[in-house]
Amino acid sequence: MLRALWEYRALVASLVQRDFRLRSARALWGNAWLAIHAAAQILIYTVIFSEVMQARLPGAGDRLSYGLYVCVGLITWSYFSEILVRSQTLFLQHADLLKTLRFPRATLPAALFVGATLNFAVVAGIFLVVLLATDRWPGIALLGAVPLLAIQGLLALALGVLTGTVNVFFRDVGNAMSVLLQFWFWLTPIVYPIGIVPEPVRSWLALNPLFPIVSGYQSIVLEQTLPDWAGAALALAVGLVLAGAAWSVFRALSPDLVEEL
Amino acid sequence: MTGGVRVEGVGKRYKRYPRPAERLVEWLTLGRVARHEPLWVLRGVSFEVEPGTAIGVVGANGSGKSTLLKIIKGTIRPSEGRVELAGRIAALELGLGFHADFTGRENLYLGGALLGLRAGEVEELLPEIEAFAEIGRAIDDPVRTYSAGMQLRLAFSLATALRPDVLLIDEALAVGDVYFQQKCVARIRRFRDQGTALLLVSHDPVAVKTFCDRAVLLDRGLLAREGPPDRVLEYYNAMIAKQTADQEIFQAENLGKSRGQTRSGDRRATIEIAELRDDSGPARAFRVGETVGLRIEGRVRLPVEDLTVGFAIRDRLGNDVFGTNTHHLVVAAPPLRAGERFRAEFRFPLNLGPGNYSVTTALHAGPVHLGGSYDWWDNVCVFQVIPGDEPYFVGTCHLPVESRLEAVAGDASPVVSGAAHR
Repeated sequence: MLRALWEYRALVASLVQRDFRLRSARALWGNAWLAIHAAAQILIYTVIFSEVMQARLPGAGDRLSYGLYVCVGLITWSYFSEILVRSQTLFLQHADLLKTLRFPRATLPAALFVGATLNFAVVAGIFLVVLLATDRWPGIALLGAVPLLAIQGLLALALGVLTGTVNVFFRDVGNAMSVLLQFWFWLTPIVYPIGIVPEPVRSWLALNPLFPIVSGYQSIVLEQTLPDWAGAALALAVGLVLAGAAWSVFRALSPDLVEEL
Repeated sequence: MTGGVRVEGVGKRYKRYPRPAERLVEWLTLGRVARHEPLWVLRGVSFEVEPGTAIGVVGANGSGKSTLLKIIKGTIRPSEGRVELAGRIAALELGLGFHADFTGRENLYLGGALLGLRAGEVEELLPEIEAFAEIGRAIDDPVRTYSAGMQLRLAFSLATALRPDVLLIDEALAVGDVYFQQKCVARIRRFRDQGTALLLVSHDPVAVKTFCDRAVLLDRGLLAREGPPDRVLEYYNAMIAKQTADQEIFQAENLGKSRGQTRSGDRRATIEIAELRDDSGPARAFRVGETVGLRIEGRVRLPVEDLTVGFAIRDRLGNDVFGTNTHHLVVAAPPLRAGERFRAEFRFPLNLGPGNYSVTTALHAGPVHLGGSYDWWDNVCVFQVIPGDEPYFVGTCHLPVESRLEAVAGDASPVVSGAAHR
């Protein structure tokens, strides 16, 4: 599969390019809007939450902390949910291509992943500039985010391909996924600090594989400390199991896939 | 195998689920419980296309042409059999994954990538593709502003920018104008001469005749004929003519237009159904030599010991062309009790000349109807015989003829030998 992907890397690049161009089609500023959206979001959370609402993180006294806390969670969550949401229509959206031409099907999730990652990179880049400007550069601890991102990507892509494949046959899956994502968002400490959650509930929340990942980002940015690797390892294990499931389900269903489109 | 395509016993079975939930049942039992109805759209199709030759695939809508093409292209997998294919394959059809909002040039990059070209290769080929497509500055306009012909030009130029080892063409060519068609034809011919195997799916008999060395005819998912394009197309035309005639006769019957039906007999036994069938069901038109089934069903009112069921075929002038009955065919008659039903079947090659005929059926006792006729039904149905792929002939009877024609040396007065019966 990896070799086929490498041979068709030009196709992956073209698909990604096409996606970005489609989003910026007939707009003078084109892809600048991507950055503008991201900047606006960061501005809202840092200014509104910190200055206007005077929210405070328990334990971290300064004004900016809570805004940054929300930003870290939201930016990484968006990356996760974008992959999952777009996976649901991954095969449906490219039905014409799949029906008329033969090419490695893995190029489709690959292009989705690359596109979402580029998107995330833009937003994360702006956020890093904000950190630099507010003198909160996390320094060397930032490298800890790389394995976290890899695990998060694995989780999103594995679950996305798994559900996106089944969604071709049963659209219930796509609907269920969008409902699940709403719950999942609130089951992850993104807008609320984990400290305000009562202890018995907290251990239940720890079952969420995204929990150690997002907490990890938060500790990197706010406390300049490396994440809790034990939790991340558990998330990695979940990701590998999901990837195995996605692989076998896709293999089993792919003969019927094109006929169903 | 270098180049070429070999299709071996290819079949495609779709799964038809009565309700979507049935699929879930199959999944949850890992396929141990089968809830789908198998629907074969292609079965046992085999043929080969040698490098440097062209084959035409013809057939009515729904005969399985597109499915076959998709299997050869590799977008769907055959349920049985296999396709062997060596080298690069290019499929030419409208669309080719073009996106309406992108310019022609941008679409070339994506389309090229879909065909497996690297970005650098597309770059290299671009001037060539542009030159061949001849759409000028429109190359930088969004494809949604293109006509169907312009899209075809671009798609064709891209798909054939590099010589493929196997080229599939699906109808598409008909969209282009005559000038571009000729250009395409020239390029395809050159490819073929250089060793490309060509598969042409078309309803256009002229294209199949001019391009193809051989043709295959698909009929309801089966390979009905394979051979020289002329012969296969003749057979295909006869098939279409047969269907048309079938329709017309059935329609006339439904409108009650079939006149001249007379019925006699003491009705000790009665005919309820008399129907002509080909191998797919009731039919009213047949090709010369096609095997026909005549089915006669009825009921006896009073006990009958030695029932004879007979039929006769008459031409349009009312002359008996052929007739026989179960007595002459030495078919033992079952003793029939009062109220019991019976069914007689006759099967025979319809070696009649083209034209209209009628069927008369009869029930009686003993060898001939003089012994007492139960039910005699004249003109119970009419049918038409249509030329098949046999050599032309006249008359109501099809005799298999062999002939020779030669000059005889050493004789002062030339003599023609052979057959010319008029």
